[in-house]
Amino acid sequence: MIRLLAGRLLQAAVASFGVLTIVFFVMRLSGDPTLLLVPEGASAEQVAQLRAALGFDRPLVVQYAAYLGDLLRLDLGESLVQRAPVAGIVGERIPYTLALAGGALLVALGIGIPAGILMAVHRGGVLERALAALVLAGQSLPTFWSGILLILFFGVYLGWLPTSGADSLASLIMPAIALGALTMSTFARMARISVLDELSRDYVTAARARGLSVWAAVSRHVLRNAAIPVVTIAALEIGNLLAGAVIVETVFAWPGIGQLAIQSIQARDFLVVQTVVLFVSSVYIAMNLLADLAYAAIDPRIRGRS
Amino acid sequence: MRGISPGMALILLLLVAFIVAALAAPWIAPFDPLRQSLLMRLRPPGTTVAAGMYLLGTDDLGRDLLSRVLHGARASIAVAALSVSISLAFGTLLGLLAGWFRGWVAVAIMRSVDTMLSIPAILLAVLTVAVLGPSFLNLILVLGLTRWPRYTRVAYAQTLQVATLPYIRAAEMAGAGSARILWRHILPNIAGPLMVVATSEFGLMILFEAGLSFLGLGIQPPYPSWGSIMSVGRQYVERAWWLTVFPGACLFVLVLCVNLFGDWLRDRVDPRSQGR
Repeated sequence: MIRLLAGRLLQAAVASFGVLTIVFFVMRLSGDPTLLLVPEGASAEQVAQLRAALGFDRPLVVQYAAYLGDLLRLDLGESLVQRAPVAGIVGERIPYTLALAGGALLVALGIGIPAGILMAVHRGGVLERALAALVLAGQSLPTFWSGILLILFFGVYLGWLPTSGADSLASLIMPAIALGALTMSTFARMARISVLDELSRDYVTAARARGLSVWAAVSRHVLRNAAIPVVTIAALEIGNLLAGAVIVETVFAWPGIGQLAIQSIQARDFLVVQTVVLFVSSVYIAMNLLADLAYAAIDPRIRGRS
Repeated sequence: MRGISPGMALILLLLVAFIVAALAAPWIAPFDPLRQSLLMRLRPPGTTVAAGMYLLGTDDLGRDLLSRVLHGARASIAVAALSVSISLAFGTLLGLLAGWFRGWVAVAIMRSVDTMLSIPAILLAVLTVAVLGPSFLNLILVLGLTRWPRYTRVAYAQTLQVATLPYIRAAEMAGAGSARILWRHILPNIAGPLMVVATSEFGLMILFEAGLSFLGLGIQPPYPSWGSIMSVGRQYVERAWWLTVFPGACLFVLVLCVNLFGDWLRDRVDPRSQGR
């Protein structure tokens, strides 16, 4: 168990380091990062001054070391557009994105898991076909289209829900459904496959032979075993939901970090964009780690392997 | 071809229709997709004028929506095809090298794969396009150069398997060099699974192009893309439903067809996965 833990931690550390490196070089792809950071309309002298002040005139290796050092001290820098620390700018938007991702996860779990179980139990039936269509739609509907369709129907046509903003809990409903649809499909597929796998095992046949109904077998034995892959996927999906929030937040004008990233690109505030990417990637890596560990904790068969 | 169900035939037909529409857009579009007419702003589908009918209505600058949607198919399919080609070539090459030479080459390549996969792809694309500035070429380069890891994973795993087969040893003993073995003997054998990945990536790239254009980071106005048409449509959602419904429906149907085609291809290449 300890070897496994150490191995996974090392893996996460390597991935984090890789992400930092990629982001560093992407920010320098255009040649001079100073130009990405100065407010629009700055004079050549101001740019030169700033380049020296920010150290962009130093060799790349030195810049890279300084960048890593700053991040290790959790110093994310200051936005030159808003003249405020980046950490604060991003930090105040994070709760909104977490609320959105949480709502989407709730939608995905609440619909996806029962749908997957029903599909497995009613294999070959009409219900399976109907649910399969729902899953397929969730998988193929682009979030920005399903989001707009929800707005058209519930917001404009019926007038039940607000079409944008984050004024009340009702504002969260449509973005959460739009964002959660893809994850819902993933859960339904996973739940279906793992319940089907379990249903074909000997212990289920034995239980059925003793006269247990399918549903009793499912609720007493199958779900516990089928839960393992679903828990793993749930952790991974949280990272995907945060990334998907970029588009959904733009559709619904939801004031989270995704909308912030896009607004910051338009305002040429690249330090904020960089911070959002680093934040989401860290959550992504942390969730991967958590998924691996949860998997090992739940399933004793994994522990022996490295 | 044997064994094509009527459903599959319909999907193939639709895919061909999309490709033909994209290729023939300049000749079949009823209007110039860029010609504005401020008197005809936001007209609903079916509006008739002397020059013809706006079958799908007009946008906020009075441009014909049908013509713009047809030309938008060009952008979608061109971006997806080109970026998939780049990432397929690049990813496969790395996977072949890792699987053939193993050792530190494999460690280095597969570690970079893990790292690339730990940055959410859409965010990496957003950051890179934003830094480089949005353009058709940058869009293809960014998508092409960020989406290779999945191909590398598949090519690596498949190469490891194929490399131990007797005929590869035979080729080696006959004096064939690494490059020749990889190109002539291994690549043809691992092409099937790679095409399955490429198909699912093709659908994903269509969505990425539309998503980035929706965010203003893809195809730039005035040139039409389904994503950018819909982003204008979002602003006029209460007055002009057609601006979001039609391009979105095209996007949905195209991606659905690509995904279903991919599933069908996967079942053919790997019969074990059937029914999953």
